[in-house]
Amino acid sequence: MNHHIVLRVITKILIAPIVLFGLYVQFHGDFGAGGGFQAGVIVAVGFILYALIYGLAATQRVMPLWVVRTAACFGVLIYTGVGVATMILGGNFLDYDFVSSDPVNYAIAGQHLGILLIEAGVGLTVAAVMILVFYGFADAAGPIKDEDW
Amino acid sequence: MSAILVDLVLFTLLVVLAIQIVRLDHLFVVTMLSGVFSLLTAGLFITMDAPDVAFTEAAVGAGISTVLMLGTLALTSQTMKKPKRTQTIPLLVVIATGMALLYSTLDMPAFGDANAPAQTHVGPYYITQTPVEIDVPNIVTAVLASYRGFDTLGEVVVVFMAGAGVLALLGHKPIRRVIAAQAGTANRREDDE
Repeated sequence: MNHHIVLRVITKILIAPIVLFGLYVQFHGDFGAGGGFQAGVIVAVGFILYALIYGLAATQRVMPLWVVRTAACFGVLIYTGVGVATMILGGNFLDYDFVSSDPVNYAIAGQHLGILLIEAGVGLTVAAVMILVFYGFADAAGPIKDEDW
Repeated sequence: MSAILVDLVLFTLLVVLAIQIVRLDHLFVVTMLSGVFSLLTAGLFITMDAPDVAFTEAAVGAGISTVLMLGTLALTSQTMKKPKRTQTIPLLVVIATGMALLYSTLDMPAFGDANAPAQTHVGPYYITQTPVEIDVPNIVTAVLASYRGFDTLGEVVVVFMAGAGVLALLGHKPIRRVIAAQAGTANRREDDE
């Protein structure tokens, strides 16, 4: 689809702001609307948009299948890892009061750190799974032909 | 007044869209309309002061779901098969279920009712204790990530399992070839008709 120049240019301009907005939603979730789930979907949309316009092969050069697969597992691992860490540090499972080494106000600092970490795990898994599911469908369906546009 | 007007417009559009989605045979149009449906629902959530839910609905319902449904259409067929039998019984079942749901809403507390169980049970605890115990401005994040951290872990595992399931079904090369071959013959059959 080399002649879809408008789509190609607009996509190139849009992808960076989309991913940036995803990161904003990820790290701003404590203060406003959003969090790991929404951020993960937004970041995944950036990659899916690229795949729709530039094709699956080009996208898998940027974001190979094994990276996405590993990232999906890694997100869950981060989340459960935080839970296990709190247990080792003396709390209950996912009781973030204990994750921070801050001597004063350790409970609040621990809560902030814990929420940041598990949101990172959520964002990673959601983004990776969305891209993974899209890869599955797009790969099975084959490339979009010019006459289908 | 303007709030009622916005609600009225959004709900009317939802009903019109729902009827159109049921009536249309062309699945591409149906997919697009269900994306619009999600976006309007997100607007409704905004009018109910639930930006987090609206955000999710807009991103997942209107965005990703539409793309994945289009991917599914690429694997299957663009048009709906004509039903062989009349659809009187399904229609009656749907109407009866809808009536039962409408009847059950009569028992529910009014929207924004201060005495609703949602406002009197654990809600006040979260509102008073979040600044003390968690100290993040967004109480939704505090509930989702900390108070209900275990639930959220379950949700993340569900998302992960969904990805693993799709990979197990579609990620296998020989199965993909079978699907592609079947889709090819299905498309050819449509072309013949």
